[in-house]
Amino acid sequence: MDPLSTTTPAAPSLDVSGLAYAYPDGHQALFGVDLTVGRGERVALLGPNGAGKTTLVLHLNGILEAGAGTVTVAGLPVGKKNMAEIRRRVGIVFQDPDDQLFMPTVREDVAFGPAAAGLRGPELEARVTEALERVGMAGFADRPPHHLSFGQRRRVAVATVLAMRPEILVLDEPSSNLDPASRRELADILRSLEVTVLMVTHDLPYALELCPRSVVLSGGVIAADGGTQDLLCDTELMHTHRLELPFGFDPRSVTLSG
Amino acid sequence: MGAGHSHKLYRHGHSPVHALPPHCKIAAVFCFVLVVVSTPREAVWAFGLYAVLIAAAAGAARVPAGFLLKRLLIEVPFVAFAVLMPFVAEGPRVDVIGLSLSESGLWGAWNILAKGTLGVAASVLLAATTELRELLLGLQRLRMPPQLVQIASFMIRYGDVITDEMRRMRIARLSRGFEARGVRHWGILAKSAGALFIRSYERGERVHLAMVSRGYTGTMPVIADTTATRAQWTRAAALPVAALAVCLLGWTL
Repeated sequence: MDPLSTTTPAAPSLDVSGLAYAYPDGHQALFGVDLTVGRGERVALLGPNGAGKTTLVLHLNGILEAGAGTVTVAGLPVGKKNMAEIRRRVGIVFQDPDDQLFMPTVREDVAFGPAAAGLRGPELEARVTEALERVGMAGFADRPPHHLSFGQRRRVAVATVLAMRPEILVLDEPSSNLDPASRRELADILRSLEVTVLMVTHDLPYALELCPRSVVLSGGVIAADGGTQDLLCDTELMHTHRLELPFGFDPRSVTLSG
Repeated sequence: MGAGHSHKLYRHGHSPVHALPPHCKIAAVFCFVLVVVSTPREAVWAFGLYAVLIAAAAGAARVPAGFLLKRLLIEVPFVAFAVLMPFVAEGPRVDVIGLSLSESGLWGAWNILAKGTLGVAASVLLAATTELRELLLGLQRLRMPPQLVQIASFMIRYGDVITDEMRRMRIARLSRGFEARGVRHWGILAKSAGALFIRSYERGERVHLAMVSRGYTGTMPVIADTTATRAQWTRAAALPVAALAVCLLGWTL
């Protein structure tokens, strides 16, 4: 059966249900995670260190295989049969852009994903240009990644997955190590994309700025799910899950536009 | 961009030699070296003609003689070995300015020197007109095992990253008052090297994860497929074909 035909327009971008996972050494990281992200939503995934955030992310594109439970991406279950399509649909931007950008030039790096999916020639070139334009890096196509600034590298890393036209963009700590200007530029870019976003972050103001909805992953389960502002204002919830706001930051004082 | 972003051997330019597809140039240099090596060492004039051919190619590539000669210095250690040969080789001896030298040693030295220099000159010229990345693409086109090409391209990409990490570790050591002074400190340097290895290894795993996440299945997708026209092959073949003519003359005369 053609994997594409199982996609229904109504299917949410991401549907995780009852996901449990234990590492081969016996350490159990996830104890039944349920999470649904609708098409076009921007959701922040919050949680203390060691809560299982990275483990969850690696299940979304089938790098780790679920011990129990299922993950579906736009109606397509993650499994060995559909792996190529799943990896095209789920674009993961890893934390360190030096890990993400492994090709000698920006152009080749952005082309890597679509080329692995079989795209060639002018079509591939158009895809690369489009992705780089969306992150404002079109003028840097022929540069080697290590000659770019950290913020530029992070943006190119986003372009490398945008080039695959993903159903959902998964960002691991997108604001880490960025100076305030690069941070804002990246926020502008993420807001301008019409794509579902799941953002793993410790940067709570950034989550508030970008994501109307947040989920808290703690102890391997989803401990809270709701409006970002509501969650951040819930002092007791925050305290229980080792979430802390930066000094002087009051989420109540922020008025969100749109 | 050009020079600042490429390797030191490369000389940015737009000559006809720069414009040739990399795999044509690699094949041409390889054949040229083979022809030079198979020339009899007694045909001294042939090597002169080869040098003229290289000079002509350098001229076409607009690579100045000084640039080429300076990079030829890499050959010096081999030259030192060649210079020793007339002193240590056996056989009939001849007197040169009061020194008794072995005749076969002299021929051997000349053989190494002439063929080595020509080979190095051809390679330097190739490196001066072809970017490192293009060289790799060329090797890929010439059916070099893809694993080797991948390893080499990762070396280019991560060489700087690892050097930078090494530099940061050195600064961190210095900042804590450590300076390597003699054998007693080698242990600490060895531990740093070990830490660097483990970090690089872990980075390798993370890079692999990122590659797999973008659909890597063991082979690099072909992104820039350069094909050479017949005219380009002909132009690249000019050097080895001319050399072959000289070589054949060398054997027959």
